[in-house]
Amino acid sequence: MKVRVLVRPKEGILDPQGEAVRGALPALGFGGVKTVHVGRLIEMELESADDVDAMCRRLLANPTVEEYEWEVVS
Amino acid sequence: MGGGLVRIGVTVFPGSNCDRDALHAVELMGAEPVELWHADADLKGSDAVIVPGGFSYGDYLRPGAIARFARVMGPLEDFARDGGPVLGVCNGFQVLCEAHLLPGALLQNTHMRFACDRVRVRVETKETPWTSGCENGEELTLPIAHNEGNYFADPETLARLEDEGRVVLRYLENPNGSANDIAGVCNEGRNVVGVMPHPERVSDPALGSDEGLKILRSVLAEATV
Repeated sequence: MKVRVLVRPKEGILDPQGEAVRGALPALGFGGVKTVHVGRLIEMELESADDVDAMCRRLLANPTVEEYEWEVVS
Repeated sequence: MGGGLVRIGVTVFPGSNCDRDALHAVELMGAEPVELWHADADLKGSDAVIVPGGFSYGDYLRPGAIARFARVMGPLEDFARDGGPVLGVCNGFQVLCEAHLLPGALLQNTHMRFACDRVRVRVETKETPWTSGCENGEELTLPIAHNEGNYFADPETLARLEDEGRVVLRYLENPNGSANDIAGVCNEGRNVVGVMPHPERVSDPALGSDEGLKILRSVLAEATV
């Protein structure tokens, strides 16, 4: 099966990358962008999704500063 | 110790790049440098361990995230939990945070640029094995070189660190957005210290300064007790 994990900065955690992108979009003429958050997308093929949550907690995300969600895509 | 030199281990991960500097600084301290390969299963009798700077495992995923699971980290974590003196410098600080040996995390610098400079820091506590040779309030000039040096911890943790005197080094001028101008912290047992500045890069007058030896040499007093 294929699992897709989305990791992003926790709410309220400063996200300099997101801020830089937010600043760059108007420079290209794209107005009205209020916030941008940059995260990380991780796709895995595995035999079972049993351990995905543990994988997220122990390695894929740093729970101190990041939150994650995941879904089985196929 | 058996009257021999104090043995100070320096971990080497793929992508570490301050390990040679740290090993050299250990020699300058008058201690015996011990190279600890990431795949080593023990600390080769080290009395103290330095986790050096660099870009272990290419900073893939997050700085320190992969190094934290290297084989040598098992015995290192046991050593740290038993009260052994451990110093993480720069990437080493990031590794120790990822390993939960230190609280918090190091985020990207707020200005999005690599910070490479010499900065003034204040020693906030001499009650750690790595600052016992300094004075409380002593100011040092140390090099920094990092992209993720912006210390973050939740408000409760920050308050605890301040209340318990566990902020070890503080920037006089914040170079990276770090919470409370924090440049270094220690664990609850005070034996594990993480700092973003590089004391090993100012450990020899030939490098322009040997102020960093004040930090590194502190541990000798502890390790020979």
